Amino acid sequence: MPPSAPTPATAAAAPPARTAPRWRWLRKNYTLVLGAALLLAMAAIALAAPWIATHDPMDIDPLARLQAPSGEHWFGTDALGRDVFSRAIWGGRVSLAVGVSVAALASLLGVVLGLTAGFVRWADGVIMRVMDGLMAIPDILLAIALMAIIRPSLTTVIVAITIPQVPRVVRLMRSLALTLREQLFVEAAHAVGTRLPVILWRHVLPNTLTPLVVQATFIAAAAVLTEAALSFLGVGVPAQTPSWGNMMAEGRNFVAVAFHIILYPGLLLAVTVLAINLLGDGLRDALDPRLARQL
Amino acid sequence: MNYLFSRILATLPVMAVVACFVFLLIHLSPGDPAALIAGDMATVEDIEKLRASLGLDQPLWQQFGLWAARLAQGDLGVSIFTHVPVTQLLAQRIGPTASIALLTMAMALVVAIPLGVLAAHNAGTWIDRLVMLFAVLAFSVPVFLIGYLLIYSFAIQLQWFPVQGYVPLSEGVGPWLRSLVLPCVNLALVYIALITRMTRATVLEVLHEDYIRTARAKGLSLLPVLGHALRNAAVPIATTVGVGIALLIGGVVVTETVFAIPGIGRLVIDSVQRHDYPVIQSVLLLSAGVYVLINLLIDLSYTLFDPRIRY
Repeated sequence: MPPSAPTPATAAAAPPARTAPRWRWLRKNYTLVLGAALLLAMAAIALAAPWIATHDPMDIDPLARLQAPSGEHWFGTDALGRDVFSRAIWGGRVSLAVGVSVAALASLLGVVLGLTAGFVRWADGVIMRVMDGLMAIPDILLAIALMAIIRPSLTTVIVAITIPQVPRVVRLMRSLALTLREQLFVEAAHAVGTRLPVILWRHVLPNTLTPLVVQATFIAAAAVLTEAALSFLGVGVPAQTPSWGNMMAEGRNFVAVAFHIILYPGLLLAVTVLAINLLGDGLRDALDPRLARQL
Repeated sequence: MNYLFSRILATLPVMAVVACFVFLLIHLSPGDPAALIAGDMATVEDIEKLRASLGLDQPLWQQFGLWAARLAQGDLGVSIFTHVPVTQLLAQRIGPTASIALLTMAMALVVAIPLGVLAAHNAGTWIDRLVMLFAVLAFSVPVFLIGYLLIYSFAIQLQWFPVQGYVPLSEGVGPWLRSLVLPCVNLALVYIALITRMTRATVLEVLHEDYIRTARAKGLSLLPVLGHALRNAAVPIATTVGVGIALLIGGVVVTETVFAIPGIGRLVIDSVQRHDYPVIQSVLLLSAGVYVLINLLIDLSYTLFDPRIRY
């Protein structure tokens, strides 16, 4: 009998039984759905920037400086006559790139260091002392200090934002590792002579994924905000790059006459961060309600 | 007493790590530290002169020893850009920053704790949802967007407050407060969100305890009961206040730029653009020191809230 034979039968039987619970699941986890939908929409807009943008984001038009929003310029123009709408759409790419990269990079480093601290006794003290030290410096200040020693570019901004976030993941992973270390299945794996890296990869890591994903989501939200703050302060991505923080910095001197330069990128930024936070809250509640106490 | 001693001792390794990191900061750079400090316009000669004058030609451990010894005496070095001792620069700038931080903290506590208790008491109702919605929004909307919205509406349109700038306390309490209202409201929102969430969560948990039910059953009215609940929820709330200090300090940096306030935050941003590393290093040390100290004090204050905790 071909192995694919049973599939159509189960698929045919499944729908009537499943529709009701799935609908209820959606309603119960509306924050998750709302967050995911908003975030997907923002990501789609950023990725489709070349097709959505009405103007070239770098095009300077001295005759059209500081114009209010109109049919021609939906979000108005900035001090150099550039189209705020097109720049804002392109700016989403920087935020998305930073959010995703920082969350991934911080998780990776945090998992390695956190599990090591949890399982390798001599490394625990060293790793945790360094993390305590890093956590004593406020995120933004640490990122600013790191930006002071490296040439500003998208990559260096990502690194500078990642480092302050790493201790958060390390602490989470270490505490999970300390609990898991005492579990019977880990002890059993030890007893039969499984090597530590294999135990960590096969038995420990899968049990930490839920809290890790939730934590990574919140880190992405913090990263997007920090990137915008760094750019706004003039120590983020290079000034000519259209990013939401850079745009708001450029609008700083025109608050009274052209508030739209700050308002629209700021609103897009807020919606994006809100979407990620809702997604994180939703994931936490949907995946494991007990986590609510830990994070 | 024993705990007190060991708790104070535990701050030493943290500060030591911070000090090492801060010292190594310029050496962590992928390039030549002397060239980094000298800037893009410097000639080779300038760089060599700077290297010798800053002692960067000495072995690393020797540099660290010298630096740490001076640090222990409270000498933070001299600003490369202004040639003024860093301690003096910090002293000039600490007033506005401390004013904002303290006022924001006071404002946040006064608003957040009642708000959190209110939400917990009305858990699941529209009041609770509204408070939680506010918390999520305050976490998501960037500080600088709210700052400009406040400037636009209350300073430019309504003209209730000055648009930007800072008036020192020595010029009168009224003008000082007026210059601080908008920045502090701005900064307090995130902090309020953080403390409200924690207050709600812990008070909600305490409200399910037996002694609360007993107090209600014997006819104690609502406010004293909430008072009991709040006191029992105080320790986690205090911890959140302490951890939030980092958020507060980070927020001050951004708020000072929005409201053009010449504080520590503005100083550090200017210093980054001027490659003035001694100043950046000192601000990092200062803020970490403040964070560690406040958290130490909060830890030690737990006995005030909960007599069961004894050191």
